[in-house]
Amino acid sequence: MTEFIAILYIISFALFIYGLMGLTGPRTAVRGNWIAAVGMGLAVIATLLTPGMGNWLLIILGVGIGVVVGVPSARKVKMTAMPQMVALFNGVGGGAVALIAWVEFNSTDGYAHEPAYIAIASLFAAVIGSISFWGSNIAFGKLQELISGRPITLGKAQQPVNAALLVIALGCAIAIVAGADSGILIIGLLLAAGILGVTSVLPIGGADMPVVISLLNAFTGLSAAAMGLALSNTALIVAGMIVGASGSILTNLMAKAMNRSIPAIVAGGFGGGPAVSSGRSAEDRPVRSTSAADTAIQMAYASKVVVVPGYGMAVAQAQHTVREMAKLLESKGISVAYAIHPVAGRMPGHMNVLLAEADVPYEQLKEMDEINSEFAQTDVALVIGANDVTNPAAETDPGSPIYGMPILKVNHSRSVIVLKRSMSSGFAGIDNDLFYDPKTSMLFGDAKSSVGEIVEELKAL
Amino acid sequence: MTPLVQNLAVLVLAGFVGFTVISKVPNTLHTPLMSGTNAIHGIVLLGGLIVLGLGVDGVFNKILLVIAIAFGTINVVGGFLVTDRMLSMFKQKKPEDDR
Repeated sequence: MTEFIAILYIISFALFIYGLMGLTGPRTAVRGNWIAAVGMGLAVIATLLTPGMGNWLLIILGVGIGVVVGVPSARKVKMTAMPQMVALFNGVGGGAVALIAWVEFNSTDGYAHEPAYIAIASLFAAVIGSISFWGSNIAFGKLQELISGRPITLGKAQQPVNAALLVIALGCAIAIVAGADSGILIIGLLLAAGILGVTSVLPIGGADMPVVISLLNAFTGLSAAAMGLALSNTALIVAGMIVGASGSILTNLMAKAMNRSIPAIVAGGFGGGPAVSSGRSAEDRPVRSTSAADTAIQMAYASKVVVVPGYGMAVAQAQHTVREMAKLLESKGISVAYAIHPVAGRMPGHMNVLLAEADVPYEQLKEMDEINSEFAQTDVALVIGANDVTNPAAETDPGSPIYGMPILKVNHSRSVIVLKRSMSSGFAGIDNDLFYDPKTSMLFGDAKSSVGEIVEELKAL
Repeated sequence: MTPLVQNLAVLVLAGFVGFTVISKVPNTLHTPLMSGTNAIHGIVLLGGLIVLGLGVDGVFNKILLVIAIAFGTINVVGGFLVTDRMLSMFKQKKPEDDR
């Protein structure tokens, strides 16, 4: 029977890998996701076939609660709320790992009769799982705007406090491995790691959230793999490692797209320093503001319009209105494309998901490298709620905190219209030179109502 | 080979497989990919099932495990459903274009 189960596990992780291979292309992605889900179902069935399984009522209770909570929330969540939903699902996974490790500690009298490697793997899982659970909850709170999205730091105490928490967690772990079996140690470990999760994510600004979410995703994967080592369960090991590896790749891609190192992001905010402007004071520079009617006319006489969406579009839920506007422009023979910066929004690929929801054709979504060469032929670049990813200071001002970050070269187009609620700076807290460019005009207001007005004007033309 | 060594071998190989499979994903699919892998780490559910199913003592431990299993199930079920919802939006247009 155990061999049969082992074989089922092998089939199930083969399905995970095959399913993930499908997720790498848009045509095969839906099927890939379901193949992975079938693998998961098989792994659960195999586990339930383990000889000596009992406590069926409690198992059914646990799974039942999970289904009752999980299914409706996954079905009802709005596409714009997707980043926080993913953060939450990620968090509960990490929480599950931490709880299992806690029970293992309790039921083995502090790993008294277990080999040291089991204790180490289980405690590693507990630390990472706890960090991931609390960190993800804070990320959820920030994205849901229950907590301020701005960096919240402890100032200079930040690094020493984090280091101290890590030392406490590791200290508890070492004491347990060395033979201590006091229940306070495991609680101390989970608590210290949990607080560390909170204090590490609190200082991270909203713009860095894509990196944080994929980093926490990788963490939960690694903790699952470690739990697999402790339980000697191949399905857990393989699945956990794959998630750990893919999460690390995504994290790295995101960090590169912002030209920042992962340690620098985790260390918090943009250094927590004051907003840096590029030498000249912001107030005395003129800003041209425009109206929806003028914007509509300007675009109606263009031959190529590029839409640059950002978090502002997501917040205003303006994607459908934007699509309507694009359709009107296309009906006038104007070519429309969307410029997608890899870290626009609050989640990797956030803008793609929103625009796909609004039925924007896949071919119109252009990645940064592709679209940057096209801005020179663009008549109007319409920036909707994007800020830092268009800031030319990243290319021209070595003193700027975002210097070196790859940007969308919006300023190369013939004219730029920026839709924005106010002149406030982006999450990075940096002034955007683009707004003061003579080619740029600002259309102030909520993205959705502004675009809505443009649509009305376009219809009237 | 001891179980530890075997398991470590599996762990290292799985890490490389993960890197290889994921290294070429278009930006467009980053969100579904993250949410899909997110669902997969819900496999910790198995850990909860094993530990609870093979028996633990004490009401407290049982409560912790029921919560763990509920968490794991939310992660799995929610993760796959959300990913499917996202992906179906990408898919929608394909039949239209083909027609």
